[in-house]
Amino acid sequence: MKKIALSKLNDFFAAIAAEEKLYLPVDGEKGTDYKLWSEGVTYSRALNTNRSAKDFFFPQTENIVDFKREGKTIEVIDTRTEAEDFVVFGVRACDARSFGILDKVFLADPVDSFYASRRAHGTIVTMACTRPAETCFCGAFGIDMTAPEGDISCWIAEDALWLSANTEKGEALLNKVASLTEEGDTAAVDAQKAAVKEIAKKLPLQNLPTDAFKGDVLLEKFNSAKWPELSKACLGCGTCTFVCPTCQCYDVFDFDTGHGVKRARCWDSCMYSDFTKMAHGNSRNSQVERFRQRFMHKLVYFPMNNGGEFGCVGCGRCLSKCPINMNIVKVMKSLGGDAE
Amino acid sequence: MTESLIPVIGVVTDIRIDTPDVKTFRVVTPDGKKAFEHKPGQCAMLSIPGVGEAMFSITSSPTNTEFMEFSIKKCGCLTTWLHAMEVGQQVTIRGPYGNPFPVDTTFKGKDLLFIAGGIGLAPLRSVINYVRHYRDQYGKVDIVYGSRSKDDLVDYKEIIDEWMTTEGINVHLTIDREQEGWDGHVGFVPNYVKELGFDVNKTAIICGPPIMIKFTLAGLQELGFNKTQVFTTMELRMKCGVGKCGRCNIGNKYVCKDGPVFRCDQLDELPNEY
Ligand SMILES: Cc1cc2nc3c(=O)[nH]c(=O)nc-3n(C[C@H](O)[C@H](O)[C@H](O)COP(=O)(O)OP(=O)(O)OC[C@H]3O[C@@H](n4cnc5c(N)ncnc54)[C@H](O)[C@@H]3O)c2cc1C
Ligand code: SF4
Ligand code: SF4
Ligand code: FES
Repeated sequence: MKKIALSKLNDFFAAIAAEEKLYLPVDGEKGTDYKLWSEGVTYSRALNTNRSAKDFFFPQTENIVDFKREGKTIEVIDTRTEAEDFVVFGVRACDARSFGILDKVFLADPVDSFYASRRAHGTIVTMACTRPAETCFCGAFGIDMTAPEGDISCWIAEDALWLSANTEKGEALLNKVASLTEEGDTAAVDAQKAAVKEIAKKLPLQNLPTDAFKGDVLLEKFNSAKWPELSKACLGCGTCTFVCPTCQCYDVFDFDTGHGVKRARCWDSCMYSDFTKMAHGNSRNSQVERFRQRFMHKLVYFPMNNGGEFGCVGCGRCLSKCPINMNIVKVMKSLGGDAE
Repeated sequence: MTESLIPVIGVVTDIRIDTPDVKTFRVVTPDGKKAFEHKPGQCAMLSIPGVGEAMFSITSSPTNTEFMEFSIKKCGCLTTWLHAMEVGQQVTIRGPYGNPFPVDTTFKGKDLLFIAGGIGLAPLRSVINYVRHYRDQYGKVDIVYGSRSKDDLVDYKEIIDEWMTTEGINVHLTIDREQEGWDGHVGFVPNYVKELGFDVNKTAIICGPPIMIKFTLAGLQELGFNKTQVFTTMELRMKCGVGKCGRCNIGNKYVCKDGPVFRCDQLDELPNEY
């Protein structure tokens, strides 16, 4: 394991930023969010960012292809460029796991080249949690907040930043900053891990049971009588889908720039009524059905297709951001049989 | 790296007016070839940049080596634009998408019963012409096809001139209401199927509006058909065609990649959201 004194953190960031773009959590007026690092920018140790880190690989909108139309002819202009190398620092364990979930969608055949390019060029440096919140339930999905995944895992303990590379990309980055780091034993990190695990044990949602969603439960859960009550107050605002690190639905649209047509994609939401609107009707006519879709997808459909892995990482964003205070935890408790 | 969301150019080389709101378009690449190979039941995304992009069944048979055809019903922004175009117009095309009908496995050697309503004939035409091409590899073929009126029957000339004259193929046409100049059957497709009373050792393939599929399937079950003998295609909103945008998700399936062709018993395992 490598270590850097926290007093040298700025030099560490500067060394990375000299080679490639570096993004990290920064406090702002509206809370904490990822920002591009430059001299003077302070890394925030806040528990998590408002927006998830999926933006780096699957941005809210992006251009797909350009066209020119003239008379009866059309020209297709492939505007793709290889992504630049970049580093995201400070990703929490929950969000780090979300990349694996997005990979299962975007890297499945046929590979989404936009996402793949950013994944290939992005290096993820994660940060272990020391002060998890009551709304965190990563543990329910087998995520260890004290040992986040990513290309490099980091811990802040005893006035030092401890780093451990997990992949070749991570090794390469550590090599670049080798002159700033020194070798350290794992004692400080081990002690921290043990202490945080004790804290986690006492959090109310870390052991949220997920068993009720395993096995052949699709129709049983889908037909549950609890959906109308659960979704009653849902505004269909889509906030929960936009803040979610694993939500990946998108819309494709064209716009005329006056010099040609740009085709782009942007995040979409299954919570919106026109998501499934068709000429002969809408397959999800009510908010009950749309609400059910979001949670069924995370808890049943996605796991069915992905060896039991849930489509939620327990980041808690949808718990804190929903205007009516509805969320996946309430859904899990209610459908899992132990409603409060 | 190739990118499935980036289409290629197609040129419309022929436009046939089928009905007041359906036209069939012939599409090739600018150098006169097929844009790609497909199997019966698969679809493609057609688009006019700036207007829209949508999924359409490839109605021509894969055995057609020269071009692809699409029968398109005018119902919105893109389809209206497509209906207004002239021969020589370029479009964009990408595909093929979806799983095909099991023409080379389950259907082999079987008596086949095709049941279509309106524009629902489009995906079945590909299968029917494939089966006609390899005629000796399939058993008897029955085709029940209905529309609102005689003028709304898609592919009418081909049905009369080619299908009805193929040995071992029986075509049963019907229209919803009496019409001058029509001496064929009058009545809805599901009822007509029951009246015709097919024997149950056939494999049935249904395509049409959801309500027609529902009643036809019920009718077939009354006749003694098992759901495992009945295939259908599903239509849900689509954007990407490759199982990523989430639009066509139903249960653990993505209709664009796990469908649009399903065996009816498989649908029972899915939420009733179609
Ligand atoms: C697998 C599949 C195969 C299809 N095959 C054919 C075919 O062979 N021939 C054919 O004419 N049509 C086919 N369709 C339907 C076709 O995709 C829609 O009619 C088309 O998207 C409408 O586009 P538009 O821009 O003209 O309509 P819009 O202006 O976008 O909308 C007009 C109306 O059509 C609805 N609509 C949008 N998308 C769909 C959709 N996917 N299905 C149904 N309604 C929709 C809208 O909600 C609205 O009510 C198929 C659809 C699917 C999913
Ligand atoms: S569903 Fe909610 S808790 Fe789960 S990953 Fe998405 S935003 Fe986080
Ligand atoms: S669950 Fe909450 S955040 Fe999600 S759409 Fe409904 S009201 Fe909005
Ligand atoms: S159309 Fe995008 S997932 Fe099926």
